[in-house]
Amino acid sequence: MIYLELLIGFLKVGCFSFGGAYAAIPLIRDVVLSYGWLSDETISYMIAVGESTPGSIMVNMATYVGSSQAGFLGAVVATTAVVLPAFIIILLLMVVLKTAMNNKYFQAVLSGLKPCIIGIILATGIYMIITRVINPDLRFNIDVKALIVTAILALLMFGSEKIIKKQISPISLIVISAVLGVVLL
Amino acid sequence: MPIILDLFLNFVKIGFFTFGGGYAMISLIEDVCVSKKKWITHEEMMNVTVIAESTPGPIAINCATFVGYKQAGIIGAIIATFGIVVPSFIVIFLVSIFLENFLEIAIVAKAFAGIRIAVGILILNAAYKMIKKMKKQPLAVGILICACVAMLLINIFSFNVSSIMLMLSAGVFSLVLFTIKNTVNNKGGKPL
Repeated sequence: MIYLELLIGFLKVGCFSFGGAYAAIPLIRDVVLSYGWLSDETISYMIAVGESTPGSIMVNMATYVGSSQAGFLGAVVATTAVVLPAFIIILLLMVVLKTAMNNKYFQAVLSGLKPCIIGIILATGIYMIITRVINPDLRFNIDVKALIVTAILALLMFGSEKIIKKQISPISLIVISAVLGVVLL
Repeated sequence: MPIILDLFLNFVKIGFFTFGGGYAMISLIEDVCVSKKKWITHEEMMNVTVIAESTPGPIAINCATFVGYKQAGIIGAIIATFGIVVPSFIVIFLVSIFLENFLEIAIVAKAFAGIRIAVGILILNAAYKMIKKMKKQPLAVGILICACVAMLLINIFSFNVSSIMLMLSAGVFSLVLFTIKNTVNNKGGKPL
């Protein structure tokens, strides 16, 4: 049943997404692709939409997937599921487990979990760019236009900090990338 | 104004005016809940952010639940969490109805081809920032590299392994290592 699948799928996302929205993207991709709810392309569109609309990206993704799979009720189920673990954990921490955060075994688990998550995020970013730049139809055929757009965007993102002392905002980068897409791709 | 209504309206406002997720929201939550409303102190805000980073789920949700609970117990927690989610829920629900048709327009499709690359860069940037902040102990760096390589292989060859499995293995591995180290130390052996 789709509602149950949405519930379980997004509970998984809610339970395992440590460290903010971009940390959750690999996990969301994983869950969404394994159930066959959206294509990889639509997922990246939704990340862009999530960046340019209010609210947390994780919640946005859940609402979108739920709605696209099972209408309004699906959206409610998926959104509730993604929010629930965070809600319950904070309540538990405040009510009964005030000392759990300082527990050394809990900290030991976290110290392994954190670098693992960073590795997963890194891999997801690399993979998303590789699949855009290398044409999937022909082996090792590099899409030069996509490569140029990638270089410009990377320069803007990582160079802006050095030049204007402030990093370009995600929304500006998305707007610029859309213009580059229309002009170059 | 009753506190419940006050909580609800303020968190709706926070939910509506924060673009780009988590960290942007935290600064607005701090502004409203610490500076204006004085619902929580700055220290409490710092603590809940740290807790939010080491517990799963959207960071803004953790904060909303915390502030709501402090002000009005369980009901407050529910209302604040509900309030912060409602605006994005409505916006995305509307987007989901129109997005498919929207994407069929040629120029929009081209724009989104560019956006896909930007999203990849944003994800890399998130990883870059986290690596900069991370304590670079050999074990952590090793886990990071292994996880990155494993995840790339999983993606490229479409292996049926979930990233959750990777996280669980890293957590268990680290716990086992810590336990062994602890036991050895307690027996007076050499620390690892």
